[in-house]
Amino acid sequence: MALIDGNSFYCSCERVFDPRLARVPVIVLSNNDGCAIARTSEAKALGIRMGDPYFKIRDLCRAQGVRVFSSNYTLYGDMSGRTNAVYRQFSPQVEIYSIDESFLNLTDVAPALRVELARDLRATVRAWTGIPTCVGIGSTKTLAKLANHIAKTVPDLGGVCDLTDPEAYAHWLCRISVAEVWGIGRASLAKLDAMGVESVADLRDLDPRPVRKGLTVVGERIIHELRGLACLPLELVPARRKGCAVTRSFSGRIEDRATLEEAVAAHATRLGEKLRREGLGTDHVTVFYHTSEHDRGAPMRSVSTTVSLPEHSSDTLALIKAARHGVAKTWREPGERPWRYSKAGIVTNDLVPLSHSPRALIGALDRERSGPLMAAMDACNARWGRGAVVPARAGLVSRREWNTKFEMRTPRYTTQVSELPVAWA
Amino acid sequence: MHLNRIDGLLMESSDAVRVPLIGQALCAGFPSPADDFVEDALELPRWLVPNPPATFLWRISGSSMEGAGIFDRDLACVDRSLKASHGSIVVAAIDGQMSCKRLVIEGNVARLAFCNPDLPAFAVEELGEGVIWGVVRFSIRWHIARGQRA
Repeated sequence: MALIDGNSFYCSCERVFDPRLARVPVIVLSNNDGCAIARTSEAKALGIRMGDPYFKIRDLCRAQGVRVFSSNYTLYGDMSGRTNAVYRQFSPQVEIYSIDESFLNLTDVAPALRVELARDLRATVRAWTGIPTCVGIGSTKTLAKLANHIAKTVPDLGGVCDLTDPEAYAHWLCRISVAEVWGIGRASLAKLDAMGVESVADLRDLDPRPVRKGLTVVGERIIHELRGLACLPLELVPARRKGCAVTRSFSGRIEDRATLEEAVAAHATRLGEKLRREGLGTDHVTVFYHTSEHDRGAPMRSVSTTVSLPEHSSDTLALIKAARHGVAKTWREPGERPWRYSKAGIVTNDLVPLSHSPRALIGALDRERSGPLMAAMDACNARWGRGAVVPARAGLVSRREWNTKFEMRTPRYTTQVSELPVAWA
Repeated sequence: MHLNRIDGLLMESSDAVRVPLIGQALCAGFPSPADDFVEDALELPRWLVPNPPATFLWRISGSSMEGAGIFDRDLACVDRSLKASHGSIVVAAIDGQMSCKRLVIEGNVARLAFCNPDLPAFAVEELGEGVIWGVVRFSIRWHIARGQRA
């Protein structure tokens, strides 16, 4: 098993298309340009931590020449797809674990050749896509993840660490803190500390059965995994989605009902797209909206309500109707000091495949008419870009004042002809 | 507190998510934050582009490569998996800017050349390591009148 991940992935994607970003500190911010979610090693060296709010580090960034970007998820998604296409040339079995991490099955590769293969993989990904990576190899996912951490933090290893090598395994496990083990959270750390467990090797040598009491089955599983007994298989085909959520922070604050209704309608529209892409339907939506905990002294309000649909559906218009109903039945007219809402969202769980869902006897939705309409809307949006056709209730994308802000976003270099990178000739 | 409950619910429900990236990726661990922003990659026929993950389109700006048949506003299809050799048209970083030039290798000296008789022969006299971004496989030129171009 190998875990390969992109180094400061979002920042690396930005660097691929702009040579001026090489060797200078770069950070990428979360939605609404809130906090730092990716940092190059140069930025880390300046003391910028994961999750630092941008307003707190803005002066530092200016003074130190840190290049700051809004997240360009369209670009990162495309680059992630490219790196995974390269991984597939090296292993027939790839589990995409997150946007920048994938597990590769290397069991067919002779032990002596694994490191060589990993180096070749890194070099190829770097050459073809421009993304620098690190590779960790282990007999289980937990060990591969640990090996990846070692490969990233020990520069001498050249970006590859192989814990299937008994010497490396013996060498590193007693030198790495147990805090680096995948799945060990803060609560477990406190318990382990009390038990005198410091290194990964200490944890591995615990008797797993008594551990189950203090650290649950998860702790027991981690111990087995550290010993080389695989408990987590590669998930090549992910389980069917059970729930789905569309939630957004507003760019500012919302006080009026019309804007809130437009926002939840837009979220419902997005929810419908997601469900239809997977052929799933829902028979209820939970609508929520709330004020911000950061607005100290302002009136607080948090609303969450569930609205049922007559039967399972992925029809955007039905979802919008339900979402707006959720707002209508919970809306309270503001008094002298209005509530200033900061976030709204729509959540559903218990999704079912629409083709298998029973039809309602009473109040069945008109699937025969809504199906083609939704298909036409999806086709238009696929061809002319997201948001080209939206239900009027959701408002035109370009006029959504409340939409998430990305003020320092780079072009969508790889997916839009109008935004291609420019080469001077 | 109510909010935490909803966020908790999101975490639980998102243990397995399908994400089409270039129409092929399945995300088994974390839901991709890119999910709401995914767009199809610019598609070119496979017989023109043998190695899609390494292939990128660039917009050309300027007239210094007209001798090579590459004009202002053309598109250059750049393949990063091709090895640059003597005579290759390449995209390279010159003084912090990406530039399209012809690679000229004589002996052990690599240089970047203009392809325009009105300009001096070379843009870069001695090429350093790691400057070449990719090799231009072909370029795309519109021959319909300006205005008519969609």
